[in-house]
Parts: sequence; C-alpha cells; structure tokens
Amino acid sequence: METQRKGLAFWLLTAFFALFVLFLYGPMIAVFILSFQGPGGGMTFPMRGVSLHWFADLFSSTRYGDLGDAFWRSIALSLLVMLITVVVSFFAGLGFRRRFWGSGALFYLAIVSLVMPGILTGLGIGTIFQSLGLRTSWLVSGLGAHLSWTLPFGLLIMFAVLNRFNGSWEEAARDAGARPGQVLWMVTLPIVFPGLIAVALFGLTLSYDEYPRSLLTVGTRNTLPIHIANLTANVTTPALYAIGTLTTLLSLLVIALSFGAISLATRKRK
Amino acid sequence: MTRARAAQLLATPMAALLVAFAGAPLIMVVALSFWSFDGLEYHPDFTLANYVEVFSSSSTWMILLNTVKYALITWVLTLLIGFTVAYYLVFHVRKLAFQIGLFLLCTIPFWTSTVIRMISWVPFLGKEGLFNSALLATGAIDQPLEFLLFSDFAVILTYVNLFTLFMLAPIFNSMAKIDRNVIEAALDAGATHGQILRDVIIPLSRTGIALGSIFVLTLVMGDFFIVRVMSGGQSTSVVSAMKNNIDQLYYPQAAAMAVLLIGVVLLLVSLILRVVDVRSELAK
Repeated sequence: METQRKGLAFWLLTAFFALFVLFLYGPMIAVFILSFQGPGGGMTFPMRGVSLHWFADLFSSTRYGDLGDAFWRSIALSLLVMLITVVVSFFAGLGFRRRFWGSGALFYLAIVSLVMPGILTGLGIGTIFQSLGLRTSWLVSGLGAHLSWTLPFGLLIMFAVLNRFNGSWEEAARDAGARPGQVLWMVTLPIVFPGLIAVALFGLTLSYDEYPRSLLTVGTRNTLPIHIANLTANVTTPALYAIGTLTTLLSLLVIALSFGAISLATRKRK
Repeated sequence: MTRARAAQLLATPMAALLVAFAGAPLIMVVALSFWSFDGLEYHPDFTLANYVEVFSSSSTWMILLNTVKYALITWVLTLLIGFTVAYYLVFHVRKLAFQIGLFLLCTIPFWTSTVIRMISWVPFLGKEGLFNSALLATGAIDQPLEFLLFSDFAVILTYVNLFTLFMLAPIFNSMAKIDRNVIEAALDAGATHGQILRDVIIPLSRTGIALGSIFVLTLVMGDFFIVRVMSGGQSTSVVSAMKNNIDQLYYPQAAAMAVLLIGVVLLLVSLILRVVDVRSELAK
C-alpha cells in the first residue's frame, strides 16, 4: 500500500520476490552452466573442466537426429500459429463486444477448448483424421491442435483489452465520415495494438513449447518439444543441456527479431 | 446488415476453428469411448464395456484421487505465491516501468523449453545434487535425502516452478486495474491493511484468481510427462495412465477414462465460473 516509508512488509515481500525469481531462474542457470561441462563431466555438478565439447557433439554426432529440422519446423509452426491467433482473436474480440446469437455457446466452447487435456484434443483430432482417411501432418492437424490452445487465450486477452476500449472514438471517426475500413485501420487497430502484442507473444510461446497437443497430431515429422522429450529417454549427457542453451538463445533471437520488426513497422506508420 | 449480424460474422473464423479443432475432437473422444476393441483393432460400436472396465478397476479411482491431490496442492501453492508476487509488484513497486520490467523478468524463463526446465531440476535434487551436497557440507544431514528426486515432492516442485506464471499473470493484470482511490478511501475510513486486503483487494482480483486457477488446475490435470519423469515412473496421473493405453492402441479404454477426466475438469471449472462470472467481469 502507499506507505510513505518502506516498512517491514516491503522488505519481507522484496525478499519473497527475490526468492521467487531465484526459484524461476535457478534451473535455467544450472542448465546454462552445465552445458559448458568438460568432456568427462556428467549431468550434475561439479563441473569437470569447461568446454564447448557438448555443443560440438550436437553438430558432429548423428545421435541427436534431425534436431535442426525439428527446431525450424517448430519456429515456422509457432509463427504461423501466432499470425492466425492474432488475426482471428482480434476480429472475434471485436465481435464479442455485443451479444449475438451463439455468443454464449462460443464462449463456453472456448473454455472447453482451453481446459481439455491436450493429449485428448490430440487423440480426437488424430482419430478424426484417421477416420476420414487423411494423414496427420504438423502443418494441418498439428496447426489445428495448437490453435485449439492459443485461440481461447487470445480471446480472453482481447476481452481484457477491449473492456478498457472506449467505443466513442470509433463513433467520432464514423461521424467524421470515415469508412468502416478506415475506422478499423486508423482508430481501432492502433488503440488495441499493445494488447495484440500480448496475444502474439502468448500464441508464439504456447505453440513453440507445446508437447501434449502435438504428440498425436504432427504425424511423422516431429516438432522440437517432442524431439527433445524423445531424446531425454536415450541421451544422458550434458548434450541435453547444450540443446537447452542453444534453443533458448535461438528462440530469444527469433522473438527479438520479430518484435523488432513489429516496432519498426509501427514507427513507420506513425 | 444489423450490428448483431456483423458481430456474429466477425466471430465466425474463431467459431469455425474451435468447432473443427476442439468441439469435433471432444465429440470424437466421447464416441470413441463407446467403440469396441477386440485386442487388435477398434471398431465403431455402442458398448459400455470400456466404462465397465474403467469404473470397476480400483486403480482408476486411486489414480484419479492422486491426480486431484496433485492438482489441489499445486493450486494452493501457485495461488499463494502468485498472489503474493502480484501484490508486491502492484502495491509495493512504485514506478510503472519498474513494475512492468520486474513482471517481464518473471516471464523470461518461459522461453526455455518446458522439457529442459523440468530436466534441469535433476542436478539440484539428485542424490549427489546441489541441495544434498550443500546440506551435507553444512552438517545438517549426514546422509543424502532420498525423497528429493523421483517423488511426489519433485513432481509438485516442478509443477509449481512451471505453472506459477499462469497464476501470476492474470492476477497481476486484474490487480493493476484496481483504482488506487478506492484504497485511499478505505485507509481514510480507518481500515487496516488486513481489512483492505480481505475486503477490497481480494474481491477486486477475483477475475484474475479465477482465470489463474482454471489455467493451473487444467494444466496439472492434463499432464502426463512431468509426473512420469519426475516421479521416476512411481506415480501415475489419469492422463499418464491414459497415455499408456494410447501407446498400446487401447484407444477406447483411454477414451472412457478421458470422459471421466473431462467430467471432473469441467465440474471444477464450472464451479469456478459459478463463483466468478469471468466473461461479464472481463467485459466490464
């Protein structure tokens, strides 16, 4: 609360927050350090030397399968999921500002989609494809399975964003003679833009990291989380941590690049 | 075109995708639970045999109980931690930029693969792991603690580590929207900090608490991978038992169990939605 001096509560809560951050980052930092384990070292501390041995091993050994392919497949899939989630959630959010026939049912369908255990969504989609004589593939059934997870998130975020949105700005633009397309592009979109970034971030990361929904829907070509989960069964060396370090750095790079591009694009429009 | 019609049209892509990839799969799973299985293949049918098998097995109820136990313990822990952290960020960090920066700090580990973050507990919790070496070095224990890894403890620790963010984010969002004047008014009227927490902040954060609870409960109840790896195969949840059935292509049995699980999950979620009307709260 707005206490003037920083009391005991403040320091206790600060300590609690610091512990929480340590709890979140601890495992990640351990992974990062252990990925530079020396050639003779194991999966736990202590470090037996420092080396790039396990990174080199990833590229030279065939033990790890087509890791690079799986990574790029996951990136492509998550970017596609992000794009569709942003566009579809944006329009649905606008639609949900008034009650229409079926809006209640659609809301509950979104909730069901959100809470349904992922592997069941996958089982259902997989069986439907099989019954129809279609082959599951990451770009069709896999994409659909991921959307069943990201779209409800997108819709909920749009609800939260649009409730702070004042409809009279759109009215004013309309009164001033703007066409519906102009209102959308020049008034609505810029105002809800930060919310759309949140939807995009959620869509990207939820899809990139999705395991249970992918398992029965991606077909013969695995995405990264499945590939890594499969590797954990056979690989018991720090190479696993090297994969973790590498994929984290690459995904941070992809996120930085995509949001750099977005902010560049918006700066140009202004 | 009427406005309601236009609104409906805007929501049509969402409706079409969700019907195809959530509604239809759900119906498919329910239908599958009535199919018959002859030991080799499954056929479209209408039999209750799968349900009889699932419901008559005592292990089903043990597993369900175990899953609910995991879900409730994780829910309580993530709620306490998530609420406290959100409260700290919103009411004790003065500058908005700092507030958002600290919040983003909590989201960064989210970019690392869940599988890797789970595995990374092993060097901490193992027999020769960091915790045990530290405790041995201080002389607090003279034998390594065995319960740290491959146990219920490890499973719940991993759940809390991975899922607290799903609780923190919605609570942070709804707390940040609380009008400071309301709290000032309560202070002026002589309310204590405890009263303000109980009568102002918690009620006004209820949308975030409800959403976070839905996320965490369903994530835990839908998990099969974490429980399998972190318990060292000693413990099972409903979905991990189901996963075994799926691996052996016993799809109909898996589906019957799934219907049971979906029933429990939907019951919990509708209880939460009955307490907090998330849709109209969010649209306020």
